[in-house]
Amino acid sequence: MKAFVEGVAVLAPGLEGWEAARAVLAGERPYEPAALAPPVPALLPAVERRRTGKVVKLALALGQEALAAAGREADAVATVFASSGNDGEVINDICIALASAERQVSPTRFHNSVHNAPAGYWSIATHSHRASTSVCAYDWSFALGLLEALAQAGEGAVMLVACDVPYPEPLSGLRGVTEPFGTALVLTGERTPRSLAVLELSPDEAARRPSTMASPALERLRTANPCARALPLLAALADGASGVVLERNAGRTMDIDVRPA
Amino acid sequence: MQPLFLNRYAIASAAGIGAADTVHALGAMRSGLAPCRFETASLDTWVGQIDDARLEPVCGKLGAFDCRNNRIAQLCLRQDGFDDAVVQARERHGAQRIGVFIGTSTSGILETEIAYRHRDAAGALPAGVRYATAHNAFSAAWFVQEYFGLGGPAVVVSTACSSSAKAFGTAARMIAAGACDAAIVGGVDSLCLTTLYGFGSLGLLSAMACRPFDAARDGISIGEGAAMVLLEKTPSQAGTVALLGIGESSDAHHMATPHPEGLGARMAMQAALHSAGLDAQAIDYVNLHGTGTRTNDAAEDLAVRAVFGEATPCSSTKGWTGHTLGACGAIEAVVCALAVERGFMPGSANTNALDPGLSLHYLLQTSARAPRVAMSNAFGFGGTNCSLVIGRAR
Repeated sequence: MKAFVEGVAVLAPGLEGWEAARAVLAGERPYEPAALAPPVPALLPAVERRRTGKVVKLALALGQEALAAAGREADAVATVFASSGNDGEVINDICIALASAERQVSPTRFHNSVHNAPAGYWSIATHSHRASTSVCAYDWSFALGLLEALAQAGEGAVMLVACDVPYPEPLSGLRGVTEPFGTALVLTGERTPRSLAVLELSPDEAARRPSTMASPALERLRTANPCARALPLLAALADGASGVVLERNAGRTMDIDVRPA
Repeated sequence: MQPLFLNRYAIASAAGIGAADTVHALGAMRSGLAPCRFETASLDTWVGQIDDARLEPVCGKLGAFDCRNNRIAQLCLRQDGFDDAVVQARERHGAQRIGVFIGTSTSGILETEIAYRHRDAAGALPAGVRYATAHNAFSAAWFVQEYFGLGGPAVVVSTACSSSAKAFGTAARMIAAGACDAAIVGGVDSLCLTTLYGFGSLGLLSAMACRPFDAARDGISIGEGAAMVLLEKTPSQAGTVALLGIGESSDAHHMATPHPEGLGARMAMQAALHSAGLDAQAIDYVNLHGTGTRTNDAAEDLAVRAVFGEATPCSSTKGWTGHTLGACGAIEAVVCALAVERGFMPGSANTNALDPGLSLHYLLQTSARAPRVAMSNAFGFGGTNCSLVIGRAR
């Protein structure tokens, strides 16, 4: 399976935007973790913006950055949203409400609790009627989201947006997501003048050691958030070329060969 | 698209456990809905609940996956010769070449909801809550993968009420791209307090059994259930029903309300016809999303009329099953497959007086007319739309 990368976005502590992240991941600048400034989804009307949680805001900001880098309009790009869970703050609030005597669930929280909330707000914000899917594969959500996006790339441009944010207590006791992390990739099936790199993916490799990050701080980030499993691939894109091994379900791995386009 | 054959499928819902039971219920106009007695819910509504006595624990080396949602999935996998067919498919293709693509909206969240009632004085949850293998959406696909010992790509599609219709899209793309040679595609959702009280907060729960397209319809009845399909590139026998087309779109309108003219729904149906290489006249029956809310049915009526006119027979089967949310796409795809293979068109349980403001050729009674090709619609929160074309390949 093969696709060309046209645009990249990253938002994580110390990696705010692809330009900054690229320099760090290519080893041109040291990694200096700092709290991620909450992204403002300028795309959304103010009334909708107030209703959205952190994960939707992060997803929208990522989509906007990657699409701008690719120089494409939203209504020309299908989307795949990958996340290891629904909005943890919303789920936590709902579970607390359901455990109380009154069981008053907020209607807005309820519709924001769906896994495809980022996809819904993305289409509302961009007025795009394009097909969109939202996938989950626990710790392997980025890998399976990437696989879905590559499978779609033959049909036209597709954008993968993968992100998770930390969960509040007590939900955090069940699921350790300790740092926010998100990335987005705009992929096409054919080479275009904007292609930055080409990915060749073989999805069916027996278990091998997954790629890790050389920097201890970046390696900590890689395991602090399911979607940060994308970091070795992003590092390969920043470097120019290399092979990446990503874990997927069933204890198997996917090999990705990354080369300049 | 290249047709993909539904070489084996299984179904379990409040309407029936297994294909024979389900078809009998549809023929006898026997609804599976009843007043809500689920868990500790105190709501004036009806639900499509599977009898607890039918839900065996998930045990042995799969014990970590035990939760209501996976019990329903397990019940379904054990119907209609499905598990034997998958074991044989594993021999043919190899375990690594079969993917698992499951739609669910709330997976095993019920376990976590209950755990929140047992927080300690410091607010911490009790030990023993299995987030990864019960609560997390991926649990549903992970369970199916482990149940059969498969090693192909496995992923959950979670797009609210279109989830398991869209799982067919993911499966078709993965097969087309060579990521796997065959797929288990399905949907499973289970009753939980999040959806019961959530839809209650939106004022969308009917106090009676839901009545799609009825003049007096006033909301949904939440259901639970599962359907599983073994999807392959070649038919197991002549005449096997196939997935012929799929269309997906986004409303870009509102998180919880469909586009009033059903714009996204229309786009999904047109895209599905295009994908199947068929025109609207080739569709003999449409299984509507037909939830039974005022706005959903009105918007879908306009969308279907825009694509098909007013003559194509259609109905919603949610009066039997309830709205099974993330499972309804797969359940209704299997209903369409049964309709084609066994030669009937479902009517609409509980619908008494059709809304004169709606225009479709809506079937009230199940009839013996045999569709050759059917369309199944599934729409959801976030403005997500998916239509499937299911029938006999030419």
